[in-house]
Amino acid sequence: MLEVKNLTVSFGSHTVVNNVSFSLGEKQWLMIVGPNGAGKSTIVNAISQGVPYRGSVYFSGKDLAGLKPSELARKVGVLSQRRFVSYSFTVEEVVRLGRYAYSSSIFSGRSDDDEAKIEEALEVTGMKPFRGKSVLTLSGGELQRTFLAQVFAQDPRLLILDEPMNHLDLVYQKQMLELIRRWVGENGRAVISVMHDLNHAWAYGTDALLLDKGRVVAWGKTADVLTNENLQSVYSMDVYDWMRSLLSRWSR
Amino acid sequence: MSKRPEGFKPVAYILFAAAMMTVMVLCICAGSVNIPVKDTFTAIWNTVFDLPMPEDIPWSIIILVRLPRVLCVALAGGALSLCGGAMQGLLRNPLADGYTLGVSSGAALGAVIAIAFGIYVPGFALAGTMAMAMLFAFLSLVFILSITYRLDCSLSTNTIILMGVIFTMFANSIMSLIVVFAGERIRSIMFWTMGSFAGSNYVNAIVVFAALLVFGTAILLYSRELNAFAIGEDNARHVGVNVRKVKLVVLISVSALISVCVSISGTVGFVGLVIPHMVRMLAGPNHKRLLPASLFSGAVFLMLADLLGRTMLKPLEIPIGVVTSFIGSVVFVYIFYSSRKAK
Repeated sequence: MLEVKNLTVSFGSHTVVNNVSFSLGEKQWLMIVGPNGAGKSTIVNAISQGVPYRGSVYFSGKDLAGLKPSELARKVGVLSQRRFVSYSFTVEEVVRLGRYAYSSSIFSGRSDDDEAKIEEALEVTGMKPFRGKSVLTLSGGELQRTFLAQVFAQDPRLLILDEPMNHLDLVYQKQMLELIRRWVGENGRAVISVMHDLNHAWAYGTDALLLDKGRVVAWGKTADVLTNENLQSVYSMDVYDWMRSLLSRWSR
Repeated sequence: MSKRPEGFKPVAYILFAAAMMTVMVLCICAGSVNIPVKDTFTAIWNTVFDLPMPEDIPWSIIILVRLPRVLCVALAGGALSLCGGAMQGLLRNPLADGYTLGVSSGAALGAVIAIAFGIYVPGFALAGTMAMAMLFAFLSLVFILSITYRLDCSLSTNTIILMGVIFTMFANSIMSLIVVFAGERIRSIMFWTMGSFAGSNYVNAIVVFAALLVFGTAILLYSRELNAFAIGEDNARHVGVNVRKVKLVVLISVSALISVCVSISGTVGFVGLVIPHMVRMLAGPNHKRLLPASLFSGAVFLMLADLLGRTMLKPLEIPIGVVTSFIGSVVFVYIFYSSRKAK
């Protein structure tokens, strides 16, 4: 489905992402992991055409760089971590914007398909009871679920998540991860997420891409990528040992 | 399933128009000399249909002075509020408006330069002034936004307002300098910094109306995109909005509308700040309601402000900018205070 070849992103003379290539098939969830400054967010930004890059990003045989914004939005949806709202839009108004890419002109009314997608998105994210509420009154978790509902309503083929679990408490983290796992289980869908938490990457990812200083250290099935050897070379510490010592507290 | 449309129903527009017409009639009748409503209607009716005018009706006051003035005020008020609403959405900043961002002063500087250096289009004196005002308004907007963006890429409220204030001072100082040297060719600096609708004529009104028809429509057609921007520019891009195109069209339209208003009335401050804010409290932040409601309320607000300026200390006239700035600065502090407190 997704084919990224020789992706390089530079800001001035500083190269943030260096010659990264990988691909992704349907029903797969790729976890991009690595230390701070490895270029994780920049890669997903480039895929969603948010930063200029060299190399190519193809999706189902189409070059994403050549698409109009609305065409791109029908293929690629993004849920980012930074959330800050200034105005009291209702949850439903925010979710409704997810259908923007499907309205051919300003005069075309709402299609039944739009309505159905919006209802479904509100339903699965559990935001239906909040639909008339102002987004300013929501908690961090509710707000993040609102934007998840928006991107579900957008109905993209590829969902990009940039550290979606940040600032969410445990309950919401689990809900969110389960929701996305269910979403990606359908045909013709794939997810890429930037993950800090290696446990989440292990538990939910089918594939992983380990980065360090803008270069690919390892890419493949999660179990093949997150080996102690690979992680040690990137994080300069015995990650397995530390994880085990953390988990040992729970077995009492 | 809710199928409620996001915009207003037609009946709401009829109410808006009725309210606007009522205020308009009030503003034509009241003034240094109060004229009965019946006489006003007779004067307008008889002029439109070219009927003989009764002797006792102050025809020239109604038709040559008040009517064009009130029309100009209403159109400018609507245009400025629309611009304020659009900018607040585009920049996701409830304090943005042509005046606080320094665009109005930029436009005024352009107009003053055009008059002082005799830049005009033969046959239509206002055109040169307006073109220069537009050019300067757009340039100052781009200048202010790009500097702010360099300082702080989130375009935060504080930085953007600070830049606007500094730019306004800068533009005003150059303007004062030119006015001092140019002497009688230019209207007093008071006109440019405080605004005035005295001396409005039908040509002015038609120009503002035409600008509103073109650029106002452009802004209104982007209501949905402005909603996306108001939630966040990144979010707008992610749902498929052509971010660059919308930004360019809205910024050009806003600069054009503000410049046309400034060319005929000087800088009238805070209208674009106060009205959209109040409308947002009543009708919500959705631009499909916010923008049209701002258009009508802005017209009503500025007509009443002008009426107040004309009648409060009659026969003296208070510059309209004094009235709007007085109300506006209080509202500004209130918005600033409550948005700080919310964080």
